[in-house]
Amino acid sequence: MANPELVTLTIEGVEVSVPKGTTVLEAAKQAGVLIPHYCYHPGLPIAGVCRMCLVEIEGAPKLQIGCATEVAEGQVVKVFGEEARKARQSVLEFLLINHPLDCPICDQAGECELQDYVYQEGRSNTRYLEYAKRFDPVEDFGPDVLYVANRCILCTRCVRFMDHVADEPVISVSERGDRAFIGIHADATLDHEWAGNVVDLCPVGSLISKDFLHKARAWELDRTPSVCTGCSQGCNIHIDTRSNVVVRVRPRSNADVNRYFICDTGRNHYRWMNRGDRIEAPLFGQNSELQATDWDHALDETARLVRGSSGRAVVLANASASNEALFLAKKVVAELDATMAIRVERVDGEVPLHGVDNLALRSERAANVAGANALGYKDDFDAAVRAIDGASLVIVLDDDLAGVTRETLHGAANVVYLGAVLPDVARGAGLVLPIANIAEEDGTLVNRDRRVQRYFQAKTAPGMARPAWWVLSEVLKELGRGETLFSAEEAFALMAEVESAFHGLGYVSLGTLGKTMSEAGVSV
Amino acid sequence: MGYPHKPHEKETVVLSEYFGDAEARTYDGWVQRGGYKALKTALGMQPSEVIEIVKASGLRGRGGAGFPAGVKWSFMPREKTKPHYLCCNADESEPGTFKDREIMRWTPHALIEGCAIAQYAIRAEITYIYIRGEFTEPIRIMQAALDEAYAKGVLGADAMGSGERLDMYIHRGAGAYICGEETALMNSIEGRRGNPRIRPPFPAAHGVFGMPTTINNVETLTSVLHIINRGSEWYKGLSLSNEKSTGSKLFSVSGHVQKPGNYEVTMGFPLGELINDLCGGMRPGRTLKACIPGGCSVPILNKEETESCLLDYEGCVEKGTMLGSGGVIVYDDSADIVYQTMRLAKFYAHESCAQCTQCREGTGWTVRILERILAGKGEPKDLDLLLDLADQMTGKTICVLADSCGAVVISAIQKFRSEFDAYIARNSEPATAVVG
Repeated sequence: MANPELVTLTIEGVEVSVPKGTTVLEAAKQAGVLIPHYCYHPGLPIAGVCRMCLVEIEGAPKLQIGCATEVAEGQVVKVFGEEARKARQSVLEFLLINHPLDCPICDQAGECELQDYVYQEGRSNTRYLEYAKRFDPVEDFGPDVLYVANRCILCTRCVRFMDHVADEPVISVSERGDRAFIGIHADATLDHEWAGNVVDLCPVGSLISKDFLHKARAWELDRTPSVCTGCSQGCNIHIDTRSNVVVRVRPRSNADVNRYFICDTGRNHYRWMNRGDRIEAPLFGQNSELQATDWDHALDETARLVRGSSGRAVVLANASASNEALFLAKKVVAELDATMAIRVERVDGEVPLHGVDNLALRSERAANVAGANALGYKDDFDAAVRAIDGASLVIVLDDDLAGVTRETLHGAANVVYLGAVLPDVARGAGLVLPIANIAEEDGTLVNRDRRVQRYFQAKTAPGMARPAWWVLSEVLKELGRGETLFSAEEAFALMAEVESAFHGLGYVSLGTLGKTMSEAGVSV
Repeated sequence: MGYPHKPHEKETVVLSEYFGDAEARTYDGWVQRGGYKALKTALGMQPSEVIEIVKASGLRGRGGAGFPAGVKWSFMPREKTKPHYLCCNADESEPGTFKDREIMRWTPHALIEGCAIAQYAIRAEITYIYIRGEFTEPIRIMQAALDEAYAKGVLGADAMGSGERLDMYIHRGAGAYICGEETALMNSIEGRRGNPRIRPPFPAAHGVFGMPTTINNVETLTSVLHIINRGSEWYKGLSLSNEKSTGSKLFSVSGHVQKPGNYEVTMGFPLGELINDLCGGMRPGRTLKACIPGGCSVPILNKEETESCLLDYEGCVEKGTMLGSGGVIVYDDSADIVYQTMRLAKFYAHESCAQCTQCREGTGWTVRILERILAGKGEPKDLDLLLDLADQMTGKTICVLADSCGAVVISAIQKFRSEFDAYIARNSEPATAVVG
C-alpha cells in the first residue's frame, strides 16, 4: 500500500502527522487529547450536531467542530483554550436543562459520557430555573431495547446506526426544537439482529438493555477481553462480571473483525457461563457409579486408562474448545489410531451487518472450527461417533453428547469425559474430569478468517474444575510425555512449535486483537 | 387598505410592475408584456456570458445573506461531470417577509423565466421551485403557469426552440421554517427530514441528491430577467448609496404603519422615508419606537437608528443590523418590546430543527426566561443570563437559526433595557434559585 500523504499540525502544543483527510478529532487522539464529543462515533457517518467538540483553530473566525473539520498543514488547534472550554461548558449546561438527574437509578451511571464530561468541564451548578421537558418515562423499542426519552440528548447515533449501518431505518428524530425525541415507526420494533448495538452507542442512559436493566452498577463490573463463541465470526467482546457472575457481554472494538459491533445472538450468549449445575470434582467410575475423587487419583486413573489402550481411539470435541485443549487432547491419543472430530452446528443463512464488510452472524455456530480443522479435527462428527464401537479409548472434550446413547458409548473400552457439566449419557464414563468454561480460562480460538485470537479469564471456575489444557497436560505428564504446563501461554508455545498452522505465532504477540495465521508468514 | 396599492411616486417599479394585473399571470399576458424575451436572449448566449452579465450587474442574493448571485453561479463546476441542479427558494417563512409570495401570485411567469435563465447559465437539467406549503394560492398559480410554460414549449426538451432541455418542478414544503435554509431545503426535496447539513461540502459541489447545486431566492431569480433585458449597467445604475448594493428591492412593511404592504425601492433608499412617505407614517397619535428592517432574524433598530438607516446591505450593517430579506417590521410606542422579543424567540424555539444542542435547548430556555420576566417573576441576573445564552447560541451551530434568535434578544436588551428592567422591578418576591 502506498504511503498516504501526511499532514502535520499542532494540537494543544503537540505536533502530530496524520494522513490527509483525517479529522481534527481523530488527529487529537494521536496527540493524546480526547476532544469531548457525543454525536461523533468512528463507526458512524458524521452528523456534527451535538456541537460538543468545538475547538479553536488558529486563523478560523469562529470555533470549529473537531469531528467534521479536516486537518490542514500547519494548523494550530487549541482544545482547552478559554473560548472552546466555555462553549463546551455551555453545551453541557444546555444538555442538562432537560436531562433528569436520575443517575442513582440510571443504568448508564458510571459509564455515562454526559456524567464524564460534566465532571470534566461542566458547571457545578445550573442557571436554569424553569420546568424541564418531560416525556413518558419509558418506551419499549424492541426485544432488548428500552427508550427513556427524558434522558435523550438527541445525538442521533442510534438513528444513524439503524439508517446507515444496519440498513433498517425504523427510528428517527421526531418533532422539533426541545420537544424532539427519538421515535420509532408505528409498525416496527427494534428487532434487527444487530439492533442491540444502539444501547452501546447511546452515550447516555437513554437507550438501555432490558437484559441488563437494574442488574448492576457500571463501577462494580470487572471487564475482561474475550471472544464471542456464538459463531465462527469471532467477534471481540468484553465479558463484564460482578462477584464472579457474568452479567453482560459488550463489543470490544477490533477493526479487522467486528469494528465496534456485535449481534444480539452473541450479546445474549452468556447465561450458560453462569450455570449452577457444574461438575465441581473429578469423578471416578466404579461399579457403574461415579464417585468424587481428587485430581491426583483422577489423573493417575486417566493415565492408566490411556496407557492400557491400544488400537483405535476417538476424540469428540466441542467446536468452541480452545486450540490448546484440542492440541493437547490430540497429543494424548497420538500413539493410537485416532479419529478426531468436532460437532459443528450449522443453521441456514447468515445475518450480515450491512454497513460493515465481512461481518455477519455466521451460519456456523461455533467459535473454533478453523482451529480444530488446522489441528486435524474433522467436521464429520457422526463418523467419529460410529467409530466408538470397538475403540479402546474415547475422550470427550466438552461435548454434550446429544444424540449419543449410553449403549453407543459402551461400545468403547474406556471413556474419559472432560466437561463443565455432566450430561446423563456421560455418567457411563470411566472418568469425568471437570473443566473450566471459556469465561474461566485463558486460551485461543481461530475464527473463520484464520485469525488466531486470545480470550482471557473473566471469573473463577467452580470447585475443582480446571482449564482443559491443564488437565490434559497433567495427563501427558503422568504418561511421561510432557512437563507440567503453568499457563495457556506455555501450551500455545508447545503447539506453535509442532503444529505447522501455528508456526511463527507467539501467544503474547497475539495481543488482544489477534493475528491471522498468514501474518505469521506460514503458508497454510 | 387593499393590496395591490398604486405605486408611490418614490417607488422604483421593476419587479412589481404587474402586481395587481391578473392578465400578467397567463402566458399570453406575460408575452404581451415583454415576457420570455430575456430567456430567448439568454438562450442565444453562452452560459458563461449570462453569468458575466449577472456578475457585472452587482445583483446580490435577496433571501437574506446578500451573496453576489453571479459569483455564486460561477462556483458551479466548470467541467460538468454530473447533473447540475437549480433550486429556487420560495419557502418564504420569515415573519414579516411576504415579497416572494406576491411575485408568485402576480408574475409567476417572471419567476419561471428567471429560473430558466439561471438554470441555463449554470447548465442545470432541473430546477426545483421549493414553495412554502402554506402558500396554497401561489402554488396553484405557479403550477398553472408552469403547465402553460411546458404547453407553450418554453420549458421541456427543446426550450423555446433552442435545443436546450430545461425541466422545472414545483415542490411543496410541509410547514417548517428551517426548510428555507438552503441545505435543509435540499434534504427536504430529497424526501429527508429538513435538517441543515454541515458544510463543507457546499451545495455547489454536493447539493441536492449529492449533485452540484445552486440555490437562489425568488426575488433574486426574478431580477435576473430584467438584467438580461435592460443590461447590467442599467441595473448597476439603480443605486442611491454605494456601488456594492445595486438594483431595486421589494420591502414588505408590516406593523404599526398606516399602509403596510410591499414597496419596491432602489437600493439605498432611506428607511425613514419608506415608513413615513410610502407607508403613510405611524397611526394617528402614535410615534415610531423601533423597527426590524430585514425580516425577524436581524437586530432591532431604535427610533434614531431607523430614521437614519439607508436600505442597502452596507447601510444596514452600519446601523448594526442587516438588510436580510427586506421584511420591515415597524413598532410604535404602544409596542411592548419584551413581549415582542419573547414572541420572536418563541418562533425560533418552535422552528428549531433540534439538531444542534445550543439551538434546540437555548431557544426554548430563552423563551421560558422571557415568559417568566413577563409574568413579573424576572430577576436582575436574568438579563445577563439571556445575553450569555445568546452569545453561546451565536456562531456555534450548523445554521444561523440560533444566531438569529440570539441577535433578536441581544439587540432588544441592548436598546430597550429599561423595558426589561421595568418588568423585573415588578417582581416583589424574587424566585429562589434551585441551585446557587
